[in-house]
Amino acid sequence: MTGHAILAEGLRKHYRGRGPVLDGLDLAVPAGTVHGLLGPNGAGKTTTVRILTTLLRPDGGRATVAGRDVTTDRAGVRARIGVVGQYAAVDDVLTGRQNLDMYARLHHLRARAARQRASELLELFGLTAAADRSVGHYSGGMRRRLDLAVSMVRSPHVLFLDEPTTGLDPRSRIAVWDAVRDLARAGTTVLLTTQYLEEADRLCDRITVVDGGRVAAAGSPAELKDRAGATHLDDVFLDLTGRPTLTGALR
Amino acid sequence: MTTAITTATTTTPQPHRDRPLERARWVVADTWVVARRHLLRLVRRPDELLGTLLVPVMAVVMFGFVFGDALGIAMGVPSADYREFLLPGLFALTMAFGIGTTTIAVASDVRGGVLDRMQTLPMAPVAVLAGRVLADVLTAVVELGLLMGLGSLVGWQWHGGAGAVAGAVGLLLLLRLMFSSVGILLGLLVSGPEAAMKYFALVFPLALVADTVVPTALMPAWLSGIAAWNPLSITVTSTRELFGNPTATPTSWVVEHASALAAGLPILLTSLCVALALLRFRRSVR
Ligand SMILES: Nc1ncnc2c1ncn2[C@@H]1O[C@H](COP(=O)(O)OP(=O)(O)OP(=O)(O)O)[C@@H](O)[C@H]1O
Ligand SMILES: [Mg+2]
Repeated sequence: MTGHAILAEGLRKHYRGRGPVLDGLDLAVPAGTVHGLLGPNGAGKTTTVRILTTLLRPDGGRATVAGRDVTTDRAGVRARIGVVGQYAAVDDVLTGRQNLDMYARLHHLRARAARQRASELLELFGLTAAADRSVGHYSGGMRRRLDLAVSMVRSPHVLFLDEPTTGLDPRSRIAVWDAVRDLARAGTTVLLTTQYLEEADRLCDRITVVDGGRVAAAGSPAELKDRAGATHLDDVFLDLTGRPTLTGALR
Repeated sequence: MTTAITTATTTTPQPHRDRPLERARWVVADTWVVARRHLLRLVRRPDELLGTLLVPVMAVVMFGFVFGDALGIAMGVPSADYREFLLPGLFALTMAFGIGTTTIAVASDVRGGVLDRMQTLPMAPVAVLAGRVLADVLTAVVELGLLMGLGSLVGWQWHGGAGAVAGAVGLLLLLRLMFSSVGILLGLLVSGPEAAMKYFALVFPLALVADTVVPTALMPAWLSGIAAWNPLSITVTSTRELFGNPTATPTSWVVEHASALAAGLPILLTSLCVALALLRFRRSVR
C-alpha cells in the first residue's frame, strides 16, 4: 500500500448549539508512518478520530482511510482499522483473556486461532499473569494495555490511538511505544493523539498541531522546532496555541 | 516477543455482498460471540442471576403463603389452589422483570464505550442486539427451570401433556424476547445506567396491573379492563390453560383469542423494537 493511509480534506463538524468543533481540518498521513495529533483540550482531536473511525459523520469535507471513504464505505474502513478510544472499552466482568478472545472472534478468527492470538497479545503486553483475572480488578495501566491489545487483534492497516498512554507509568508507556513502533515497522499506519509532547517527539514521524478545529502547524518534530526556533516541542506548542501544557507548566 | 506484531497488516474478512446466505451465516456467528459474552458474565457473577430470582421467590412466599389465604378466600378457593393459579403469573412476571437487567446492561455498554468499539468492528450491527436478546432468552430458560422447580416444592404442577407444557414455556420465552428488545431500545435511549435503574419502577404497574398475582376479577372494572389488554395477562392466561392450572379470568374477546395474541403480540412488538433500536443504533453514528 503506497500513498496516503489517511487523507482528510476540509473536515467540518459542529454540535447543536455551539460553534464549529472542526473548522476545515486537513490531514494527510503517508502509509506506514506514525502521525501525532496534538492540541489543547477541546481542540477537536477526539472528534477527528471519531470521524475517521466511522463513529461520527462529518458535516462537511471528506476523508478516506486505507483508501476507503469513511462515510460511504464504512464496512470497508472498519475491516482495516483498529481503534483505541480515549476511555478504555473493555468488559469489566470478563477476564483479560476472555475479552481478547471475544474481539478476536468478532474479527472472524477461528476458535483456536482466537485463543492463540489472545495468549500472544497477553504476553506482548505483559498481562499473562493477570490474564485470568476480572478486568475489574486491573489497574488503570493494565486496562489501558488490554485496550491496546484488543485493537491489535488483527494487525490493522491503520491504527487509531486516542491518548494511548495517558495515566500509564513510564514502564508501561515505553511498552506501548515499543508496540506502536513494531506495528509501524510491520506496515501499520498509526494516528495517535497525545498530550505528551515528549511522546510526540520520540514516537511520531510527523505531527499536526490542531487548535480550535483547524490545523495550526504540521511537519516533522524537527521541522516544527526549527520553524519556531525552539529546542523543545513544548515551546512550539505554546507558541502556536498560546496555552501552556501540563508538561510545560511543570518544567 | 515481537512475533505477535511483525505479521503483515491484515483486512478482516467480510462476507460477500451478493451472497445473502454467507452474510446470514456471519451474522449468526457474530450473534453467538456476543451472546457468549453475556453468558460468560453471568457465569462469572452467578449472584446476578440469583438476585433476579429473588423477586419471584419472595413473591411466592408473600403472595403464596402470607396473603395466600386472603386471596384464596376472595377467589373462593383454598390457598393451595391459589398457589397453582399464582405460579404461572410469577413466571411471566419474572420474564417482565428481566427488562431491568437488559436496559441497565445496554446503557452501561453505551456509557463504557463498548458499543462504540463494536461499531468500529466489521460486524453486522444487528448481531450486537441479537446477541443480547439471545443471551436474555437463554438465561430465561435457566430462570424458568429454577422457578418451576421451586413451584413444584410449593405444590404447583402442570397437568397438560408435554406439547402443551412446551407451548407454555415457548410463550413465556416469547414474552422475555419482547421485554429484551424493549429493554435494548430503552437502554439506547436513556442517559445512563443510573437513569435506567430509576425507570425500573415503571415495571411494577405493568407487572401487577395484569392477570398475574391478583385475579383481575377482584379488580375494579376500569382496572381489569386495562389489565385484560396487558401483554402479560394474555401470556399468563394462555400459559395457565396450557399448564392446566386454574384461571380466574372473566371471558372477553382478548381471552377468547389469548393464544393467538400471546404468540402474535410479542412477535409484533419485538419486531417494532428491534427496528427502532437498529435505527437508533445506526443514528448514533452522526
Ligand atoms: N457529543 C458532543 N456534544 C456537544 N459537544 C461536544 C460533543 N463531543 C465533543 N464536544 C465538544 O467538541 C469540542 C472538541 O471535543 P474533542 O473531544 O474532539 O476535543 P479533544 O481535542 O479530544 O480534547 P481532549 O484533549 O480534552 O480530549 C469540545 O469543546 C467538546 O466540548
Ligand atoms: Mg479527546
